Amino acid sequence: MLLAIDTSAGTSVAVVDRDLGTLVEIGEADTRRHAEVIGEAIRSAIDRSGVAASALSGVAIGMGPGPFTGLRVGIAAAQAFAFGTTKPLVRVVSHDAVAWGHYAAGNGGRLLVVTDARRREVYFSAYSGVDGEGLPVRVQGPGLCRPDDLADTVDGYHGFERLDAAEVSAASVGLLAEGLYLHRREFAGPEALYLRAPDATVSAGPKRVS
Amino acid sequence: MTPQIGGSGALVLGIETSCDETGIGIVRGTTLLANVIASSMEEHARYGGVVPEIAARAHLEALTPALKAALAEADVTLGELDAIAVTSGPGLSGALMVGVGAAKALAVALNKPIYAINHLVGHVGADVLRDDGTEIALPTIALLVSGGHTSLLLVRDLVSDVELLGETIDDAAGEAFDKVARLLGLPYPGGPEIDRVAATGNPAAIRFPRGLSQPKDLEKHRYDFSFSGLKTAVARWVEQKRDAGEPVPVADVAASFREAVTDVLLTKAIAACRDLGVPRLLLGGGVVANSRVRELAGVRCADAGIELRIPPLSLCTDNGAMIAVIAAQLIESGHAPSNLSFGADSTLPVTVIQA
Ligand SMILES: [Zn+2]
Repeated sequence: MLLAIDTSAGTSVAVVDRDLGTLVEIGEADTRRHAEVIGEAIRSAIDRSGVAASALSGVAIGMGPGPFTGLRVGIAAAQAFAFGTTKPLVRVVSHDAVAWGHYAAGNGGRLLVVTDARRREVYFSAYSGVDGEGLPVRVQGPGLCRPDDLADTVDGYHGFERLDAAEVSAASVGLLAEGLYLHRREFAGPEALYLRAPDATVSAGPKRVS
Repeated sequence: MTPQIGGSGALVLGIETSCDETGIGIVRGTTLLANVIASSMEEHARYGGVVPEIAARAHLEALTPALKAALAEADVTLGELDAIAVTSGPGLSGALMVGVGAAKALAVALNKPIYAINHLVGHVGADVLRDDGTEIALPTIALLVSGGHTSLLLVRDLVSDVELLGETIDDAAGEAFDKVARLLGLPYPGGPEIDRVAATGNPAAIRFPRGLSQPKDLEKHRYDFSFSGLKTAVARWVEQKRDAGEPVPVADVAASFREAVTDVLLTKAIAACRDLGVPRLLLGGGVVANSRVRELAGVRCADAGIELRIPPLSLCTDNGAMIAVIAAQLIESGHAPSNLSFGADSTLPVTVIQA
């Protein structure tokens, strides 16, 4: 049983179980209110699932890619919740969760997941399909480019079904994490997937004022 | 569910991420148990100032290790805590949100109440944690000066009555130190460098302007500050020397600049004490590390018969303990916890002690 969180788009919190599936999922589509809603979302997900925090086996978090400020709220919350309950924290690529949801719904084939990166850019990840365990196989990405450049950036772009995702489901994050754990696959690394360097320029020196 | 507390006060863990320090503090009532600070200052050095996105990324990485270290330092367990406190503003919004997200999740995970605290009031609260046996005396005027803020407050009560008298209308004083240091070819952060270089300079060598100190300015901005004109005046003075092919007397420029900043800070703070009949001045914020600020504050306060309070430097710079202690005071006086839906407010007014 996992508490799962994703704030790479809106705010999504879920409690999932490998056998029982999604026990509860709470979503707030607003992409600017992560800090406001994260606490209540976690509390009501726990309350409504009827699962005590102490009974969870871990916490799953979507590491992005996603716009930084919101993305960090979920990661900070997941880290702190795992620390507070002394449960393990497992990380997945948020796009992998989108792909997992797509394939779990009965779809097949090659898939290109695209999400908004703001500043007239998009994040993308490409999948060839699922492996023998039903887990998505990422063949490219996550990456960042301008929408017009996707066709040139993604290898074999025209062979993919394109999925523009406005939301990332925490339930998918959690169920993907359960699958990765069950089949001894690697989780994502500890670094948030920003895919962009911070805006900062090293100034050449003080400007003249006179 | 206001926590029920024993005789020694509430055990509170405070999280502070409003600028470039990740601070986790633990207090029991008015007693400091832990004050752990991880700073991303070095990462900002090459940019000559705090880069918000770099600060926010650093908070995310520093939080859990700092939490662990603070609990170990205080020798308490998470289960023993009475409440979680967190800075909800003012500050850099992306940076604040890391602390707010973490604090909320921690509070829910532990089923503990959460208190959203004003950062500036926290700076005043630092004085409660002094271990010299003296207690904070109120009302007091508080002068809070750092790289991020320059504020003059009237504090009648830590949990219910804080008033903003004035603040900077452009750069923070600490920011001016950084910019002038850069101009003089000194590294970031500028405060300690200016202080070091100024030690051998003549503070009266150059008469730099005192912002918002003319009679006309004082009508409208009696307690407000402005350092942008001063910074430009220093730049112009240095340029003229360089253009004339003359050497720049770095020590004199640094000393004269530092004197201008210090003079204006303390002139306005002492005026507030006198005008409002408050015989106390409390200093807070990182600029307190500046030796001339402490020295001149001592002299001016002694001359005016004003009691000067300066908390230890480790509590003057941004830290989580000052946030925790305000929550402990709120609990002590029966204030209910914050609603879990508060947000990060980069411009939270100082009158909002608890969000
Ligand atoms: Zn501060």
